[in-house]
Amino acid sequence: MKIAACIKRVPTTEAQIKVGADGKSLDTTGLQYMASFYDEIAVEEAIKTKEKLTGDVTVITIGPSDASKEVREFMARGADTGLVLKDDAWHARDARSTAKALATKVKALGAQVVFCGKVATDRDNAAVGPMLATYLGWACVTDVVSLALENDKGTAKRETEHGVETVSFALPAVITVSKGLNEPRRPNLKGIMAVKAKPIPEEPCEAVANQAVVNKVEQPAPRKAGRIVGEGAAAVNALVTALRSEAGVL
Amino acid sequence: MTTIVVFVEQNSGQPVRASLECIGAARAAGGSVVAVVTGAGAENAAAALGKSGAGKVVCLTGATQHSPDALARDCAGVVQELGAKAFLAAATATGKDVAPRVAALLDVTILSDVTTLANAGGAFNATRAWLGGKALANLGSSGAVFVATTRPNAFAALENGGTAEVVKKNASTDGKAVVTAIEAKKGGKLDVKEAPVVVSGGRGMKGPENWNLIEDLAAAFGNAATGASRAVVDSGWRPHGEQVGQTGKTVAPQLYIAVGISGAIQHLAGMRTSKVIVAINKDAEAPIFKVADYGIVGDAMEVLPALTKAVKDLKAQK
Ligand SMILES: Cc1cc2nc3c(=O)[nH]c(=O)nc-3n(C[C@H](O)[C@H](O)[C@H](O)COP(=O)(O)OP(=O)(O)OC[C@H]3O[C@@H](n4cnc5c(N)ncnc54)[C@H](O)[C@@H]3O)c2cc1C
Ligand SMILES: Nc1ncnc2c1ncn2[C@@H]1O[C@H](COP(=O)(O)O)[C@@H](O)[C@H]1O
Repeated sequence: MKIAACIKRVPTTEAQIKVGADGKSLDTTGLQYMASFYDEIAVEEAIKTKEKLTGDVTVITIGPSDASKEVREFMARGADTGLVLKDDAWHARDARSTAKALATKVKALGAQVVFCGKVATDRDNAAVGPMLATYLGWACVTDVVSLALENDKGTAKRETEHGVETVSFALPAVITVSKGLNEPRRPNLKGIMAVKAKPIPEEPCEAVANQAVVNKVEQPAPRKAGRIVGEGAAAVNALVTALRSEAGVL
Repeated sequence: MTTIVVFVEQNSGQPVRASLECIGAARAAGGSVVAVVTGAGAENAAAALGKSGAGKVVCLTGATQHSPDALARDCAGVVQELGAKAFLAAATATGKDVAPRVAALLDVTILSDVTTLANAGGAFNATRAWLGGKALANLGSSGAVFVATTRPNAFAALENGGTAEVVKKNASTDGKAVVTAIEAKKGGKLDVKEAPVVVSGGRGMKGPENWNLIEDLAAAFGNAATGASRAVVDSGWRPHGEQVGQTGKTVAPQLYIAVGISGAIQHLAGMRTSKVIVAINKDAEAPIFKVADYGIVGDAMEVLPALTKAVKDLKAQK
């Protein structure tokens, strides 16, 4: 089975963010990057699927040439092929243009199942997976916490606010993964050595004009300085009074 | 007036609060709202939507199983039929599942989890948090239809909207994926994303056996959900669905109470836009106090029972 996993390069959690000089972007100078958290779970599920059903895993990213670093890391864990769809403005691509470009590539690859993160931790769109599936005309299950795949169909569980849904679907499908689905493996030394010199192909990413228009980017006003109302159980009354008469939330 | 189609999620005939807030957001942006509602009990839910500000309700009937792709097709169909200028859904698990598909069917982009919505002379714009709230971006869309999901607790629901005309339509039944079973959450507990009050516990709670203290405080509020830090979820003390933070849920309740949580940046990413933050921590230097409006320095095991009692007493007085 042809399996694909989509990963996105995002700023590290510790990154200090500054607004760009135009007031409409983020200043990316000096930012360090990593693969988005859920994408590790996506790649792990792709590798597990290959181990169970046989096939091969392609890791795809839309990003700068340098994103081959994250792709290689996942190849060291067991993905077979990597692919960088080069776009230096990947971070500013909207969900639609990302999904459309991925759809073109996934079709060309002939993949039967594509794993995505449920959300990328930079722009928090939580949209590329279901949009990709819709452009392909495929089934899609989002927020998956448990998955049983066969060669032509599958069953997944997804978590909602109200409980756990069981979803049946036919392949091809896009699965967006949530925490709890699996425990991503670490690359071992053998894996790292095996992919160290492997070339990672790069292709220009299909251009799709953005529809999202940024009007303004700003940093949130720092929270007003709070105060310690007291120590231990004795402070409870002061807290309750403040919540009621100052904050008006009780 | 601009027509805005809003997908309304419902549970056994009860529209969910976040969807009513979404209708409120559409109305505040000057739209006339056509709500789309589906599933068992949809007709009961539809009857209540006028009061929340819908002018018309399209009630999709006849589908015995939920299919997100079929529902998305029906929603996109309503948008096209009415020539609506915007489509909105609440940023709940179901809303986030359906809205991007509607966007793709209309070949337009989506703005997710927005916290403001405005309509300036026919052009919508909305604010969203980037990078876990490190930056706030205001965006518009050049797409023919403006599609967005609204963050729960960020918009006010209307109470005295009016009455809505309800029309029935056959739901599409040829979904590519179908929900075959739903295991409802025990005891109808509120979800951490929706609740107006969240009581979260961290490693300072020492172990799962002490969670009754967190649950008791949540119960005393009556409208509270329980949350947890990742350290607690990773230790298996609490389910994944309760995790607040960068790799858990983003919440913005009226009141967030962090108990025995240090306030790591990844935790803050999920809760720093809460209206009021309270921290209870035995370490006066814990970073959580930097974002808290009110803090108590002390042992959670001692403070929690006293706070639960005080909240109960106050609620009893009202
Ligand atoms: C990529 C990545 C993603 C992450 N995502 C998340 C996320 O989504 N959510 C999240 O929460 N974390 C996340 N983390 C983890 C985060 O960095 C912290 O490790 C975690 O939040 C710490 O949890 P904690 O506050 O419960 O535990 P600790 O940091 O161990 O804090 C425990 C606190 O309890 C206090 N305490 C101890 N005893 C008592 C007592 N008796 N009474 C009162 N207070 C007491 C201590 O003073 C301390 O402040 C992530 C980390 C990484 C690397
Ligand atoms: N630039 C990208 N390249 C490859 N995959 C992406 C990209 N952006 C988003 N994705 C995939 O879509 C998921 C959800 O992203 P988003 O909808 O942006 O939150 C990610 O976890 C990836 O699996």
